[in-house]
Amino acid sequence: MPDAIAELKILPGSSAEFAILSNSYASSGGDAAVLLDDRAASLVVSHHRVLRAHSIPGVRIEGEETSTGARARITVEPGTQAPGPVHLCFGVLPKEGLQEIQAEFFIGEGARVSFLAHCSFPNAVRVKHVMDARIHVAKGAAMEYAETHYHGPAGGVEVLPTAHIELEEGASYKSLFKLVQGAVGVLRLDYQAHLQKDAVCELDARIYGKSDDRITINESLYLDGENSRGLAKSRVVAADRCVSEVIGEAVGNAPHARGHVDCVEILKGPLARAVAIPKLTVVDERAKLTHEAAIGSVDKKQVETLMARGMSEDEAVDVVVKGLLR
Amino acid sequence: MLEVTDLQLILGGKPVLHDLNLRVHEAEIHSILGANGTGKSTLAAVLMGLSGYQPTGGRIVFDGEDITRLPISERARRGITLAWQEPARFEGLTVGEYLRLSQRNAKSQPLSPEECLAKVGLSPEKYWKRAVDATLSGGERRRVELASVLAMQPRLVILDEPDSGIDALSIGNIVDVIRTFARNGSAVLLITHHEEVAAIADRSSSLCGGTILKTGDPAAIARFFRNHCQECQHVNVPIREEVHYA
Ligand SMILES: Nc1ncnc2c1ncn2[C@@H]1O[C@H](COP(=O)(O)OP(=O)(O)OP(=O)(O)O)[C@@H](O)[C@H]1O
Ligand SMILES: [Mg+2]
Repeated sequence: MPDAIAELKILPGSSAEFAILSNSYASSGGDAAVLLDDRAASLVVSHHRVLRAHSIPGVRIEGEETSTGARARITVEPGTQAPGPVHLCFGVLPKEGLQEIQAEFFIGEGARVSFLAHCSFPNAVRVKHVMDARIHVAKGAAMEYAETHYHGPAGGVEVLPTAHIELEEGASYKSLFKLVQGAVGVLRLDYQAHLQKDAVCELDARIYGKSDDRITINESLYLDGENSRGLAKSRVVAADRCVSEVIGEAVGNAPHARGHVDCVEILKGPLARAVAIPKLTVVDERAKLTHEAAIGSVDKKQVETLMARGMSEDEAVDVVVKGLLR
Repeated sequence: MLEVTDLQLILGGKPVLHDLNLRVHEAEIHSILGANGTGKSTLAAVLMGLSGYQPTGGRIVFDGEDITRLPISERARRGITLAWQEPARFEGLTVGEYLRLSQRNAKSQPLSPEECLAKVGLSPEKYWKRAVDATLSGGERRRVELASVLAMQPRLVILDEPDSGIDALSIGNIVDVIRTFARNGSAVLLITHHEEVAAIADRSSSLCGGTILKTGDPAAIARFFRNHCQECQHVNVPIREEVHYA
């Protein structure tokens, strides 16, 4: 695509910045071409500049700059069946900076939509990224949200994603948060979901922490409606001196609500630390909440199985860990 | 090919294996019969070199080389592998990837990973992309394990009850896979409770109370097992003194 055309679709004067962000997007596994594809809705925010906010029929993307980042409003019309994913790209290219994103998602009744978000901080030495998402999924609607982070090797990132998720009757929400490339730095993830009758929610976080990374994950499910179902899942590998703490919470407030907390944390090396805190509260006696947590080194049997196929111990551990964080 | 001499293993202060002698010849199917708790899986673990199963006495020689102290990977690279009685589950690893990984160190490849899967009665279309995790049934997981060791084209494969949890109609299929190993030149150490499966072996040994009592013709060993071992008091108890059966 010639530059002149691309120029028109993005914030004037930002094509160089856009190109660098696209490259970073591509290296975190994204398909950079989609960011300029008019058939896909997209939002691109670099530091506190909105480079592109592209809507398609049924999916309205509004972005507005603030002094420290951007405010975004994403509205999906009732009944919309979004043809492909909505692409969100956030990044801070300089070594230092603060980026605060306030995002609101309204998914209309019966709509179906998925989001692919990529966050790149390739040169971070002291970057803080705050994401404050308010998500409302109306009756019978379904939303999927996958967020992948790409951090540079320096570990100078502080990532604070919070999400407040409201699910109306029969709505479903599924999220996957992945931070497995580069150094985590400091991560404090805090997701809270409130589920009405028959709503379904799956929160999934996969993190690979190294060196001095600090990871805190808090996933909470408030099962407020009858028959609502929730899963709070997390997979963390903590290597070197990384410290990880996972709190998985489910509150059973309604009859026949079911919640499950599933946490696996793997330690690599004698100095890494992991804490798992499942917190289950049953308010309505007909609710059923369960949890499973496994913390420790990589499962011996898995490793020995792969070694019995000729792999070295290190290779085998690698295969197990990669699978877990996939 | 495999020579086990005076093998001894003490676990938790208890001799789980002792005075164990076993020879497995090149490309032979050698079945092991033994009641529950007599030490069959433990023997498999010792032969594979699993951690916590270092023998406290005796020697394991493979192709003339003493492998008693070799780590698992080294044994595998020499062509020894094990299909577990309860195979491990892997999150995020597909059947296809698992089979490919297994084939990576194969010496020769008479069967593609897809063919290995089809051979154990699982259609590649349906199973190739499935994860080797808890979503596979017990029988499916065991078949995938069998396909995986088949893909490895080992010199010696230890199959720990490959037929358990397999539906009756499919036992013939499993028997066929075991024969495929031998046809392709692999020796098979076959642990099984099914007499009709044990019967396909070239030779058979009966394991009781942590030691091998008799080795010989499968029919004769099966008879011996039926007449002596099924009522035997040595289950979970090591035989200390010489045992004499009529
Ligand atoms: N780590 C251990 N510590 C102590 N005893 C053990 C240990 N592992 C196995 N055993 C004991 O050794 C004996 C042999 O166990 P093994 O699993 O080898 O039996 P098996 O012949 O494979 O039985 P099955 O037919 O049920 O599979 C059993 O009595 C078992 O309880
Ligand atoms: Mg056993």
